[in-house]
Amino acid sequence: MNSTRTYFRPVIAVMLRYFYLLRGTPARWIPVFAWVAIDIVLWGFITKYLNSVAAPRLNFVPTLLGAVLLFDFFTRVMHGLAGVFLEDVWSRSFLNLFASPITIPQYLLGLVATSTVMSLISLAVMLVLATAVFGLSFFVYGLALAPFLLILFLFGVSLGICTSAMVLRLGPPAEWLVWPVPAIISPFAGVFYPISILPHWMQFVGKLLPVSYVFEGLRTIISGGSVPAASLILGGGLAVAYVFLACWFFKRVFRHAVRTGILARYSAESLS
Amino acid sequence: MHPVLSIRDLRKAYGDKIAVDRVSFEVSRGEIVGLLGPNGAGKTTTISMILGVLQPDSGLIQLEGMDLATCRAQALERTNFAAVYAPLPGNLTVRQNLRVFGMLYGVKGLSERIKALIRQFDLEKFRNVKCGVLSSGEQTKVALAKAMLNQPHLLLLDEPTASLDPVAAREIRARIREFAVSGDGGVLWTTHNMVEVQDVCDRVLFLSHGRIMLEGNPKTLPDEHGLPTLEELFIAVAREPLTQE
Repeated sequence: MNSTRTYFRPVIAVMLRYFYLLRGTPARWIPVFAWVAIDIVLWGFITKYLNSVAAPRLNFVPTLLGAVLLFDFFTRVMHGLAGVFLEDVWSRSFLNLFASPITIPQYLLGLVATSTVMSLISLAVMLVLATAVFGLSFFVYGLALAPFLLILFLFGVSLGICTSAMVLRLGPPAEWLVWPVPAIISPFAGVFYPISILPHWMQFVGKLLPVSYVFEGLRTIISGGSVPAASLILGGGLAVAYVFLACWFFKRVFRHAVRTGILARYSAESLS
Repeated sequence: MHPVLSIRDLRKAYGDKIAVDRVSFEVSRGEIVGLLGPNGAGKTTTISMILGVLQPDSGLIQLEGMDLATCRAQALERTNFAAVYAPLPGNLTVRQNLRVFGMLYGVKGLSERIKALIRQFDLEKFRNVKCGVLSSGEQTKVALAKAMLNQPHLLLLDEPTASLDPVAAREIRARIREFAVSGDGGVLWTTHNMVEVQDVCDRVLFLSHGRIMLEGNPKTLPDEHGLPTLEELFIAVAREPLTQE
């Protein structure tokens, strides 16, 4: 018990640091509340309009608004994790941080835990808004939604760790690689359409993305089908594999940074 | 009993440039060792390797007998540092920074320790001020308070008094002297202030071209080499061309 507490102290320190920042700077709450709320409001009205002009039996709220909500959750997990990492880049904390006894698994756990809390708050905001204002009835699916959220969460974590590793490797200006990643992924993931309509090479990429199984599955259950267990297991398996790959990648980049001096001279942006 | 720091044949090169070349030395308990040398001599590279943020090409670093390469976390628990080029995050207050780093170092009785350090370094009126708005001297004091958080067995100080006024610098020197004398700790100190070195250090190492050129007691070394002051000796060693063995 004592050793567990000792192990998690640096993890909590990473979280605490971010919560101090949140408390001190209200602007840091904007991505947690504002962007996701704007997305839900925008797509909520789009779906309302589409419902008013489409055939009476068609309901775009669960397919479009539901897809936006889930994709925003994935984006928040990924951006949230990379954002916590970038706080260390912006405040030039690497020397003080990595000269302390914190290990890489502890540091990554701290990033994941912080991102989890923040993305759950975003999810709650989106669910309340989408349900109360636009009548999205996600709650009727109950626990059946849990595997969908879990896959999105795991894939968001893997991409957050992977892009953080890229920033560590390529230097502070590489932060611009972090933000567009969800947008780059979205056409391949079939957020709004089945990936079967994509060209073959795009379908191939889509099948490598765990999120594409989530959106395919979402459309299936909304249209009255049962939860596609096999494809969710495949998507979940891919997401877990990507988390392990991302952790391995981060550790490898960190070792390279320690070996070549990138870490010790990080703000100098030397890419040896 | 192991020395707090033992370094053997440490070497680091950046491409063709050899930054540290087969450096060996020890720091014992209660000892303050000055690491002197001109800019680019390899002092900061040596300190970075001891802190585990830079991997040596070869050589051994042991902290109280623990190999830094294989027992990184355990070894770093007993170490801490303050350097002018590594300020604490400016967007956290003094107290927040000390709490976060105290947790990273696994400090027991952290709240009491923070209070004591804030008192000791005369930081009471800045406890809720963000570090980024403090003067450089005040930031140095916060960095030193952070360096003392875990009561380290090895304290690494890279020009710790560079931005302090003479009164504050004297106080800090006295505290570090007290730390070395009263506790189990040893100190490795880099500075360009030769008066400070003679005042504080028990032993100095002159580093030039990545090698230790000279070692001894800072009070007697100038005499031993026929020079009037430590500064003259420093200049003479720094100007000495690198000779092939």
